[in-house]
Amino acid sequence: MDLVYEKSKPGRRAGRIPSHGLPVPELPAELRRERPPRLPEVPENEIVRHFTALADRNFGIDTGFYPLGSCTMKHNPRVNERVVGLPGFRDLHPLQEDEGAQGALELMWELEHILAEVAGLPAVTLQPAAGSQGELTGLMLMRAAFADRGEPQRNVIITADTAHGTNPASVTMAGFELAKVATTDRGNLDLDDVRAKVDDRTAGLMLTNPSTLGLFDEGIEEVAEIFHSRGALLYYDGANLNAVVGRSRPGDMGFDIVHFNLHKTFSQPHGGGGPGGGPVAVRAELEPFLPVPAVVRDGDAFRLDHDRPKSIGRVRGFAGPFGVFVRSYAFMRAYGKALRDMSDVAVLNANYLLARLRDVYELPYDRLCMHEFVLSARTLKREHGVTALDVAKRLMDHGIHPPTIYFPLVVPEALMIEPTETEAKERLDEFVDAMRSIAKEAASDPTTLKEAPLTRPVRRLDEVKAAKEPVVRYAFDETDTAARIETR
Amino acid sequence: MSTEGYLSLTDADREAMLEAIGVGSIEELFEQIPEGVRFGRELDVPDALPEAALVAHFEELAARNADTSRELSFLGMGIYDHYVPSIVDTFLSRGELLTAYTPYQPEMSQGVLQAIFEYQTAICELTGMDVSNASGYDGTTVAADACFIAKAHTGRRRVVLAETLNPMVRQVVKTYAPGFGMEVVEVAHDGGTTEPARFAEAAQDAAIAIFQQPNAFGCLEPAPELATAATEGGALPVAHVDLASLGLLEAPGNYGCAMAIGEGQSIGNYQSYGGPHYGFLAARIEFIRRMPGRIVGETTDIEGKRGFVLTLQTREQHIRREKATSNITTNQTLLALGGLITLCWLGPEGLRELGETCTALAGYAKERVGLPVAFDRPSFKEVAFRTPIPAREVVSRAREHGVHPGYPLGRDYPGLDDVLLVALTEKKTPTDVDRLAEVLAEVAR
Repeated sequence: MDLVYEKSKPGRRAGRIPSHGLPVPELPAELRRERPPRLPEVPENEIVRHFTALADRNFGIDTGFYPLGSCTMKHNPRVNERVVGLPGFRDLHPLQEDEGAQGALELMWELEHILAEVAGLPAVTLQPAAGSQGELTGLMLMRAAFADRGEPQRNVIITADTAHGTNPASVTMAGFELAKVATTDRGNLDLDDVRAKVDDRTAGLMLTNPSTLGLFDEGIEEVAEIFHSRGALLYYDGANLNAVVGRSRPGDMGFDIVHFNLHKTFSQPHGGGGPGGGPVAVRAELEPFLPVPAVVRDGDAFRLDHDRPKSIGRVRGFAGPFGVFVRSYAFMRAYGKALRDMSDVAVLNANYLLARLRDVYELPYDRLCMHEFVLSARTLKREHGVTALDVAKRLMDHGIHPPTIYFPLVVPEALMIEPTETEAKERLDEFVDAMRSIAKEAASDPTTLKEAPLTRPVRRLDEVKAAKEPVVRYAFDETDTAARIETR
Repeated sequence: MSTEGYLSLTDADREAMLEAIGVGSIEELFEQIPEGVRFGRELDVPDALPEAALVAHFEELAARNADTSRELSFLGMGIYDHYVPSIVDTFLSRGELLTAYTPYQPEMSQGVLQAIFEYQTAICELTGMDVSNASGYDGTTVAADACFIAKAHTGRRRVVLAETLNPMVRQVVKTYAPGFGMEVVEVAHDGGTTEPARFAEAAQDAAIAIFQQPNAFGCLEPAPELATAATEGGALPVAHVDLASLGLLEAPGNYGCAMAIGEGQSIGNYQSYGGPHYGFLAARIEFIRRMPGRIVGETTDIEGKRGFVLTLQTREQHIRREKATSNITTNQTLLALGGLITLCWLGPEGLRELGETCTALAGYAKERVGLPVAFDRPSFKEVAFRTPIPAREVVSRAREHGVHPGYPLGRDYPGLDDVLLVALTEKKTPTDVDRLAEVLAEVAR
């Protein structure tokens, strides 16, 4: 389909801006724009058709089952969209005086308290913009705490070999060194390896629990003991929190710092790649280091407190992605104490899929899972040359979004499946049928399978070409060579 | 089974599923959690609300906020009350876009991928740059991203920030800098703008030098001279710009900047008490392999048809891990889509008119408000006025008249306690400015 720029015709437009009949002051010539930007010139109905066509070429949770592991693609309740659009939230300026933002501040204060209860840790900042920024914030908190304690030599962060890529990337951005520990054949951290690697240079551990294998670390109490006994801290990557809400709390597991992914666990819509929200909860000793501003309650009034001398500072503008807070708080208030049922059903759904697929796909860790699980297409590859990628592409023809593939790295030909709690059993059964039929097809007709998808707006795309000869913006004419980047 | 929330299983479904798994109860599934860390009580959280009661609760909270429909507000300082076209709401609520995630599987996500490609094109076109990422968190974090790029590119450690760069942007850079092994120096303003000679001096041996156009006081900086000054010192010149100004003001790429960054909220996002919005980061081509975050590229499918994919992913955390150019994963795609739709709605003419109306209103306010301007400099859409009493006091008195007159700069700039920053968007009218003038005449004396 055409790009919106290809639908442009000089002299057409949609929006009109009032001039108010005022004279326009002359700007200094050297600051004025010489050539107008080539934005598309399209009437409103063409814009509407264009973006309607784009929406039609996209697949969301609203379209169908979306078991993308580690991303928690649950239903996004529409009442959340209604309340976030209330003018009192939508049109509120972030620098409004505190007395003109009491409803917003109260909402944030309440949200912090629910998050603190879920985490089992008392102090919360809502500021980080997403999970990965929550990670970075957590690491900055560790640095500040050790500097305050007079232990600046603690410069090593330990992660698991199953960790999300964000963990090691955050370690680098925060200026720490990285060490890795191995996973046992039951999917737990290898305690001997942990003991060998923790010393007085260790700042802390970053861990997802349940892990990216969807398995709860059975040795978590010993792990926490090893780190704490050497004076180090534990960071909980909340990517998989949807497994344990009301069942186990990171603070009780021994973690000192936790980030939440509001767009995973608490239903902020993923928006095609964002926005997210990455609040961080900490133990009381770490509270003084949290980013400013903090939301504070004085009697019946709420205010933003900027006076925190030990704070790491600000990690984002204003008090955080407020619209995300509105949606997540609405989600929590729709569940109340039944938030535990949310996790119960997420775990039930995952185990049901696991039970019904384990005879046709290889199960590398033979245990009950939590909210997600990892299968391997290794056998299909060996016997029929069909890979995890082929399985993923063929699922599209069944009207199902593929699972996460080739992650975690410790499992070859990985298919990481997370159904979430909101799916009906019929949808789970359809997925089982599709996965089983693909496994059969791998034996009977691997050629078709390798050509999949056959029913999407495009067939398999050449990602190698895209990376080798990057075209990262539209070329308006043949002389516009910069759009086509020559690689050396 | 719980009747609260958004679950879809019947009791019979549950029984059948437990049987298929081969366990007797849900509790058994949680036995892999060591007993010592199982949570043994109910969560102490507020009770569930059915939908109608939930809406009522939120309406009550929202009613206790003084939003811009209830107060005539001239607040700006980075977030602005520009008009958001209806079609933004239409498409940001389309479920196929709203409820999708990052387009890891391009055949399922051509809509979002093409939209990001179109967004990247628009950002490059507005800023005069070669490459844009799919968005950053906001206008503050993209400045930290630019520093990370500059350190890797130049091998230098110093960051130079004009003091007239938005204070929150500077605060975020200072929070990130120690982790990058960088140090920050600031260049004081001189009568409301940055003196190029001072900027050049600070930029000696620095990695990066960032200024804002229009700056945090609403003044127009001598941007081309600042870019030249930074370049002479060997630092990468970076402009923090307002997309809404780029129909009128020159693109940073056309006056020698290495990168252009900024907060996108003014184009296509509501104020929303500070977020979520989108940050943009665009750069010259030599920085493409150091860019943080998602970038969409064009390619073809096996039948030769054009399509779009996430590209240059070897920069990113899920491939490169500790060697990645950033840890960013979830970005601000939906908000950037709001930006793209707004830019399509405006077109080049509309964007220019938007800038002209803002500038005209700023000019009108300078004439009409009976206070001296704090800085004798050309303005775009914000004007700093000197107040005879502390500006904070002016704000609190004016609010009693239903007018929020602007931002007291003393909150961030010691010594500017008597300066009020007034923002004018195209949504304001001359009558609104008259009202502001009238209230200020009453309270600021």
